[in-house]
Amino acid sequence: MSAYDIAGLFWHVLLLGAVAVGGLSTVMPDIYRYMVEEQALISGREFADAYAIAQAAPGPNALWVALVGLQAGGVAGALAAIVAILLPATTFTCVAIALHARRPDAPLALALRRGLSPVAVGFMLASGWVLVRSVEHGWQGYALTAATVFAVMRTRLNPLVLLALGAAAGIVGLV
Amino acid sequence: MRSAAEIFLTFARIGISGFGGVNFWLRRILIQEKRWITDAEFLEGFAVGQIIPGPNVYNLSIMIGHRMGGWAGAFAAVAGIVGPPLLITVALGLAYRRYQALPVLQHAIGGMAAVAAGLVIANGLMLAAALPRRARQWIFLLLGFAGIGLMHWPLLYVMAGLGPLAVWLAWRDETGRRAAG
Repeated sequence: MSAYDIAGLFWHVLLLGAVAVGGLSTVMPDIYRYMVEEQALISGREFADAYAIAQAAPGPNALWVALVGLQAGGVAGALAAIVAILLPATTFTCVAIALHARRPDAPLALALRRGLSPVAVGFMLASGWVLVRSVEHGWQGYALTAATVFAVMRTRLNPLVLLALGAAAGIVGLV
Repeated sequence: MRSAAEIFLTFARIGISGFGGVNFWLRRILIQEKRWITDAEFLEGFAVGQIIPGPNVYNLSIMIGHRMGGWAGAFAAVAGIVGPPLLITVALGLAYRRYQALPVLQHAIGGMAAVAAGLVIANGLMLAAALPRRARQWIFLLLGFAGIGLMHWPLLYVMAGLGPLAVWLAWRDETGRRAAG
């Protein structure tokens, strides 16, 4: 990955960071589109793997952005991606603090939250769809994804337990 | 006021404890153990953080760090919540890059990726279920999903198309409700 590629990744992720209302899983499909489909920096499988590893690692879930950057461009790629995605959040939050924005029930704040929520949820579901498509596997893989959805919504199992079960299912050849 | 060092160490502990999501440890350590903020303050910060782009946990950490130690505290909170877990995650990623050709690792991570996809979908479905039951909500949700997930349009364009309209309609509801009430 050249310095030019890293600068391109930084700029793309920076713009997405500025519109990631509702968290980073809303912009995952577009980072995928840019890195896998448009620039071919990494494969779809590598993208999904990086996301899965970040889920199993400690810390904010957002760190998957550093891992897809790492996969594409080493440590420089990881730093470029994570700084780019967090820079807008940092700036906006500092501005909110400086303006004493402590009125989450102000009309504009409510309109922003209520208006953008369904759009953000649609983006989030698209993220899940992107991950499902990027892992090339047979019906067993889809069954495992469906079983996970069921387990999360109907039980109180820790996500880490589910990830460990998924790894075990992969190792014994079920997926 | 707390020292930047104490704020850094506290958030570093939260970051490293936060396997599979930081939110739980953020609440347990900051509200119950350290009593730096109350439940109500946490929820208020959470609501403000939701409007600001970026990871909510991260935005909330900046706000709490600032409250406990000024701008130095905000910086310390960021360094703590991101720094140590980032080092661990990058180390795992480097190990993956080195051994990704091993079949056993491919199979294990393939299984994890199928589960991770399920986690994201379940999260989205639970949030969708919590939306107000109005046709407009579902239309915006489906347009967002279709534009990004099916049409593969750039997110910035989809957001520019849907975002202002969605916020304007919600704003009209809100001001209308207040005028009526």
